[in-house]
Amino acid sequence: MITARNEVLGRIRAALADLPADGADSEVPRKYRRAHHDTGLVDLFAERAADYRAVVRHTLPDELPAVLHAAARVRTLLVPPGVPEKWLRGIEPGRLLLDGPALTPAVLDAVDAVVVTGCAVAIAETGTVVLDHGPGQGRRMLSLVPDHHLVVVCADQVVADVPEALARLDPRRPLTFVSGPSATSDIELTRVEGVHGPRDLEIVLVSHG
Amino acid sequence: MRIGLFITCFNDTLFPRTGKAVTALLERLGHTVVFPAEQTCCGQMHLNTGYQREAIPLVRRFARAFADLDAIVTPSASCAGTVRDHHARVAESAGDDRLATEVADIAPRVYELTEFLVDVLGVTDVGAAFPHRVTYHPTCHSLRALRLGDRPLRLLREVRGIELVDLPHADECCGFGGTFAMKNPDVSVAMGTDKLRHVLSTRAEVLCAADNSCLMHLGGLLSRLRAGTRVMHLAEILAAEEKAMSPARPHHRAPGARRTEHV
Amino acid sequence: MSGTYLGMPAFPRAARAAVADTQLRRNLEHATGTIRGRRAEVVAELDDWAELRAAGAAIKDHTLRHLDRYLVQLEEAITAAGGTVHWARDAAEANRIITDLVRETGETEVVKVKSMATQEIGLNDALAEAGIMAWETDLAELIVQLDRDRPSHILVPAIHRNRAEIREIFRRAMADVPADLSDDATALAEAARRHLRRKFLAARVAVSGVNFAVAETGTLVVLESEGNGRMCLTMPDTLISVVGIEKLVPTWADLEVFLQLLPRSSTAERMNPYTSTWTGVHPGDGPQALHVVLVDNGRTGVLADRVGRQALRCIRCSACLNVCPVYERVGGHAYGSVYPGPIGAILTPQLRGTAGPLEASLPYASTLCGACYEVCPVAIDIPEVLVHLRAKAVDAKRRRVLPTAERAAMAAAAWTLGGPRRLGMAQRAAARARRLVGRLRWPLTGWAESRDVPTPAPESFRAWWRRTRGRTE
Repeated sequence: MITARNEVLGRIRAALADLPADGADSEVPRKYRRAHHDTGLVDLFAERAADYRAVVRHTLPDELPAVLHAAARVRTLLVPPGVPEKWLRGIEPGRLLLDGPALTPAVLDAVDAVVVTGCAVAIAETGTVVLDHGPGQGRRMLSLVPDHHLVVVCADQVVADVPEALARLDPRRPLTFVSGPSATSDIELTRVEGVHGPRDLEIVLVSHG
Repeated sequence: MRIGLFITCFNDTLFPRTGKAVTALLERLGHTVVFPAEQTCCGQMHLNTGYQREAIPLVRRFARAFADLDAIVTPSASCAGTVRDHHARVAESAGDDRLATEVADIAPRVYELTEFLVDVLGVTDVGAAFPHRVTYHPTCHSLRALRLGDRPLRLLREVRGIELVDLPHADECCGFGGTFAMKNPDVSVAMGTDKLRHVLSTRAEVLCAADNSCLMHLGGLLSRLRAGTRVMHLAEILAAEEKAMSPARPHHRAPGARRTEHV
Repeated sequence: MSGTYLGMPAFPRAARAAVADTQLRRNLEHATGTIRGRRAEVVAELDDWAELRAAGAAIKDHTLRHLDRYLVQLEEAITAAGGTVHWARDAAEANRIITDLVRETGETEVVKVKSMATQEIGLNDALAEAGIMAWETDLAELIVQLDRDRPSHILVPAIHRNRAEIREIFRRAMADVPADLSDDATALAEAARRHLRRKFLAARVAVSGVNFAVAETGTLVVLESEGNGRMCLTMPDTLISVVGIEKLVPTWADLEVFLQLLPRSSTAERMNPYTSTWTGVHPGDGPQALHVVLVDNGRTGVLADRVGRQALRCIRCSACLNVCPVYERVGGHAYGSVYPGPIGAILTPQLRGTAGPLEASLPYASTLCGACYEVCPVAIDIPEVLVHLRAKAVDAKRRRVLPTAERAAMAAAAWTLGGPRRLGMAQRAAARARRLVGRLRWPLTGWAESRDVPTPAPESFRAWWRRTRGRTE
């Protein structure tokens, strides 16, 4: 019996019979820009992220623990394994919760905490942060189910545009591109922030020392 | 310059006034207008409705009729677009290499009127006078096929006495669409009504465009509504002069209304 | 929700009812007008939009041209990354595969991310027949599902509903609706969030579509806004992704073009809130079983048409719907398929054939105004394909002995236009009959119902020229 696979592939080859055989097709024209901006990327990133209602804070490397400390006074900080220890310097252990298998979806849903993660890269043009869910970024569920996500972005992680970002990323990793808090335009095409993903997205932008 | 007038079958039969205006305008600018009598139609209706085969002899006839002219001018954006964008494909589908060569040779010499005035003759002030409140609708073929841009407006702005007002939502289709107006009359009329809403909001006395086909649709609606706004091909405005300031005739009138045609 | 709406009338009849629906007209005018303006703004921000568009079209053309090779490459990459690839010739085969996969898990409920492919194949109905409930999780899909309605837009399936109507639907059909639900968009979104959260937390199986599948790496990509996509893609144990075979791009780097083109064309944003990419199974993170179902369902037929195949470039952004003056007046239902608007008018007849009256009428559901082509991020010349499909329909009928009335009229017109002598004769005859024309009904019924009929001039231009100038060239 002919398999569906072979039949579909056979149909494709028959459908393309009018075209000359392999190799004769023209090059893909790639005259578009690699980047739309080349300076002021960190400020552009902050502006664009804020456009989509992310709360953006600027800080210096030394001051990051103080920023997180302030956040921890309001809510517990939920952190993935691999978050740099220096970020959390001085925060009481009682205000910290480390992610692990015990935190089932139901627990993550019920917890009143700020999830703190790093990111892999940030895109200035679009105000996007990209997580590759490696060390310090947590499994995908962690930055999805709780309602408040705080991402630490270091200035050297900000690239100008989408092409540069993709070049820095490893497609073998699971990736999540985040541009503002979750939103919908399904009602009269009016944008409303806050549906299933975190309703609060906070970006702490750490400039060069 | 010796200019061939491509009147189009539609204007020839229904709106000869537009052809007369183009002739008068070009002659006023000092050029010789010739009318190749062998011309009939560019085949647009057949092509857009799917009757490619029937269009082949029309394309052949067009190429023959206009073969030896340096410039071919037409008061129709959509017919100019058909010749420039579609005749080559018809020739190809007919498998006629000679026709393909002829078509490729002729197409660049075919101009819509406002293109010809602005780009070839280099004029925007054509010496016209038209003291009326006017709005301009860029038809889809003017806008997206020929990309006439602001050429018609540059010409209209130079007309003495004209009060030119912007048409809101100008880039939206009026709903004519050739046989669409017959095959989908409800949508066609809905689109036309929305277009008229914008036209009437300008309080213009005259709605003009570079295509009589769209104007026939909108004019047919306007006259049915007794709206007090009429349609005119913009060639007729550009041809209007101070000495002949009597208002031009409306294209459309209520059925049964008395008419006294003048030619 | 079946992808093939059986028994739909031809477009003009459905459209007649739609243009008379005043609420629908206002809802669509508001919604499409809003997004048109926003799209124009974000597209204008990129001064290389034309170059991105050209690249997008070329990448898709290149992929389609080597589609067999890229599909095999995708299959290898997904398999190597721990996923399982299935192939389906048509909707029935795809539904069978997916139903069996769900059954194997022992589950009777699945959560779904909005997916055009699963709507096209009528998956939800097929699952229901097997006793499996599929929960739509996209807000607009949820509205449509709760209302037992049909989607009317690719991106915003409930675009035909306004907030007051949505509130009523929620109050009527949502089991756990808050008693004091208002028609505020934020409150409606919040109600949907609470309604679906329990389902997300409990879901063991999810079904998704994809926006792109990267042949080189086996990576699948979903763009979304609400987070329901992320929920479906990461919470369950089993993920079944349904992929039309035209969704491929060759390389990871090719996404740099489409991740710029799609959000700006679709939701009119620089970037949509969430884009997820995954490659096979990621140990310790997300579903540990991944099934990818590659679906043909008529696509290879489209691929065989030299002019029509460009429709397979489509990335389902819906920009063409939002600018289409016909769509704006009639909405999506009249197009009788999950693919409404201009893209539907060229895709549906090609995917399903033109035997049915609806499919046969779709190529004519356009004024050829060209607005769709102008905004298409992959430069599909929709008017060109529409005219091509019209010609195919005409040519198919040429074999008949008895010509259609239209063909007879077109032949008569062609004969009349066959020379100046014939045309002149016809013009004189028309001029003599001109007093009748104003009262003419047939064959101008459709015209004359609402518009005055133009009367032929008493003297044609060519007659005037001959009379006044004496000679012609």
